[in-house]
Amino acid sequence: MSGLATYNFAYLDEQTKRMIRRAILKAIAIPGYQVPFASREMPMPYGWGTGGVQVTAAILGPTDVLKVIDQGADDTTNAVSIRAFFQKVANVEVTTRTKDATIIQTRHRIPEEKLTEGQVLVYQVPIPEPLRFLEPRETETRKMHALSEYGLMHVKLYEDIARNGHIATTYAYPVKVEGRYVMDPSPTPKFDNPKMHMSEALQLFGAGREKRIYALPPFTDVVSLDFDDHPFTVQSFEKPCALCGAEGVYLDEVVLDDRGGRMFVCSDTDYCEDRRAQGFLGDQGVPLKEAAE
Amino acid sequence: MTHPLEVARVAKSFTMHLRDGIRLDVVRNVSFSVPAGKCVVLGGPSGVGKSSILKMLYGNYGVDSGEIRILHRGAPVDLATADPRTVLEVRRETLGYVSQFLRVVPRVSALDVVAEPLVARGTAADQARDRAATLLARLNLPETLWALPPATFSGGEQQRVNIARGFITDHTVLLLDEPTASLDARNRQVVVEMIREKKAAGTALLGIFHDEEVRDAVADEILDVSAFSAREMAA
Amino acid sequence: MTIEPLLKVNGLTKMYGARIGCADVSFDLWPGEVLAIVGESGSGKTTLLSCLSTRLEATSGSVEYHMRDGAYGELSRLTEAERRFLMRTDWGFVHQNPADGLRMTVSAGANVGERLMAIGHRHYGEIREAASDWLSRVEISPSRIDDQPRAFSGGMRQRLQIARNLITGPRLVFMDEPTGGLDVSVQARLLDLVRGLVHDLGLSAIVVTHDLAVARLLSHRMMVMKDGHVIEQGLTDRVLDDPREPYTQLLVSSILQV
Repeated sequence: MSGLATYNFAYLDEQTKRMIRRAILKAIAIPGYQVPFASREMPMPYGWGTGGVQVTAAILGPTDVLKVIDQGADDTTNAVSIRAFFQKVANVEVTTRTKDATIIQTRHRIPEEKLTEGQVLVYQVPIPEPLRFLEPRETETRKMHALSEYGLMHVKLYEDIARNGHIATTYAYPVKVEGRYVMDPSPTPKFDNPKMHMSEALQLFGAGREKRIYALPPFTDVVSLDFDDHPFTVQSFEKPCALCGAEGVYLDEVVLDDRGGRMFVCSDTDYCEDRRAQGFLGDQGVPLKEAAE
Repeated sequence: MTHPLEVARVAKSFTMHLRDGIRLDVVRNVSFSVPAGKCVVLGGPSGVGKSSILKMLYGNYGVDSGEIRILHRGAPVDLATADPRTVLEVRRETLGYVSQFLRVVPRVSALDVVAEPLVARGTAADQARDRAATLLARLNLPETLWALPPATFSGGEQQRVNIARGFITDHTVLLLDEPTASLDARNRQVVVEMIREKKAAGTALLGIFHDEEVRDAVADEILDVSAFSAREMAA
Repeated sequence: MTIEPLLKVNGLTKMYGARIGCADVSFDLWPGEVLAIVGESGSGKTTLLSCLSTRLEATSGSVEYHMRDGAYGELSRLTEAERRFLMRTDWGFVHQNPADGLRMTVSAGANVGERLMAIGHRHYGEIREAASDWLSRVEISPSRIDDQPRAFSGGMRQRLQIARNLITGPRLVFMDEPTGGLDVSVQARLLDLVRGLVHDLGLSAIVVTHDLAVARLLSHRMMVMKDGHVIEQGLTDRVLDDPREPYTQLLVSSILQV
């Protein structure tokens, strides 16, 4: 490959990667703090993960193994496109298996399988500012972060309880990092919040349109905000996964027909397949081999 | 200081800037004192400066020169030069004032208007209201009016509220600006009795009374303010 | 214990380039005292209020505040964190336009409870109870606790703003034309309410107003401003009954009835 029409490894030029890495290093040094960075135009629209893609491009090496999920699934358009993008521009190995991946780029989920040391989880973030809901001025929100003035976050939760009788925020549920910065965990379900706490993996958050990067280094204290009399709880599901029978995992609702038929299945497709491969079966599940035939 | 209130060489003029800076001299060299337990009445024709003297003593008017010494917390205070905070403190604890007209505060009941000076001095609200009720009853204000704001009361009713408010405390010096002007004979008599009681309790009173009958009934000394008038000096 | 001033203001000056905002203002404010600053539009009274409340940086002069620990703090030397903490705990600021002091898109209860949450209260039930209590105190039915201020009348919004400020038991409240945009009957109710609260809570207040009737009813002491200078000050009664300066006489004679 030579000539003008070739890409640098992983699409971004080296100077840009260095700029992004510097932002990442700063973000790791100050857990939960939003570091501004010079977000580049990427060959995809905003909202398709341009922040996550830039972070991934900046940390990706030739020996990395990449997994990309969208709402927990490896096979949705966004996940497939991004995976294909990095296969093309970096020629790295890709996988759908959580435990085999060194870098997992995600939109809206944390895999069910516990992440381990050496793995990096890259989140695609639409709106990084947790205070934005009540305070539209960027100058003011920065000052509030600087001075740890987080009363507003509880105003938001108060409103939730006043309207619904309980904290009805189920995704992008705000957390406090190391007792200092309040952070938006991106629109992951609050079900995943506890997984962020003391995770062995490095967690990086990239917001392309908003030009912010923030991070949770391994073993970081992450606490979901709440009230003494309305403590933080995660969603629970009445039934196990209809396909693999897993309990205590996050389920998606799947509509089966136009007569009201539905089932609840693991949102993490890899986890579900893995369980079915091990022989676990839900009440509507079919063994994996038969399904393939 | 021998008397609770001593006035020495007080002069007062107004400069009317809106009328080409014309200067109106009102009084000069005002000197008198009010002993404890006595009622001194300011006399003389209207326009001679009686009300102005009361207003200077209460602090509503400034003073050009001279001293207004009042015995406050056991020590003399010169109201002519005292700062606003001291004047307010003297008003709260030592110096009372019954004006001709009630300054009506919206939405406050007659009972609370009367009780307020006591509450301001730290008396519990219930206790202060009890005292207020006693006074209003004595002044024959119908009980149906007590819970209403006095804004809609007649002149005589408002005046009785005002008198009760002025007499409720045990201020040692009390200024009275025509307290009986719009009262009927029966209530005038009540006020006369109340003034006598204040005197018996040792209060120093200074008043303006146009009603000769009341004046004769309460005055220990009548001071002719014409002697202090500076009006003829103007021009 | 001897009582000391809550605020000591010395030579406070604000220049807008060569133009005077306010010049050489000095006074002490004592605990429990209500000071009215009166004057026409453009007289510098709002500039002065902004400088006093640290919303605007003065060009020269000093404002010392008697902190709760007993020491005096020069406001311009406090860190921004300290200033902001002071503003949401020990101070209140009531804006002329309630929309400037309220969050219009969150409920009345959250508006009132915000300051408690900001200083670390974390019990929803208690916060709500305190908010409900304060709504009653400013004569808003607690049944409106979940309504947004958008659904409130002007007078209610102003009362809500007052409750929002007073819930943390501040010692000093700044008010900028608190009755400015209200109907006369609504004004009277608000004034009476403020007067009662100031008295009951022993608040000190600095009230900017162009309405001398408001000053008469609320304040113990007043300062008259013209062209950025304080031209006359003293006991409110005395300034209004015996005004000395030509401008003050004009002001007093211009009102219909005080």
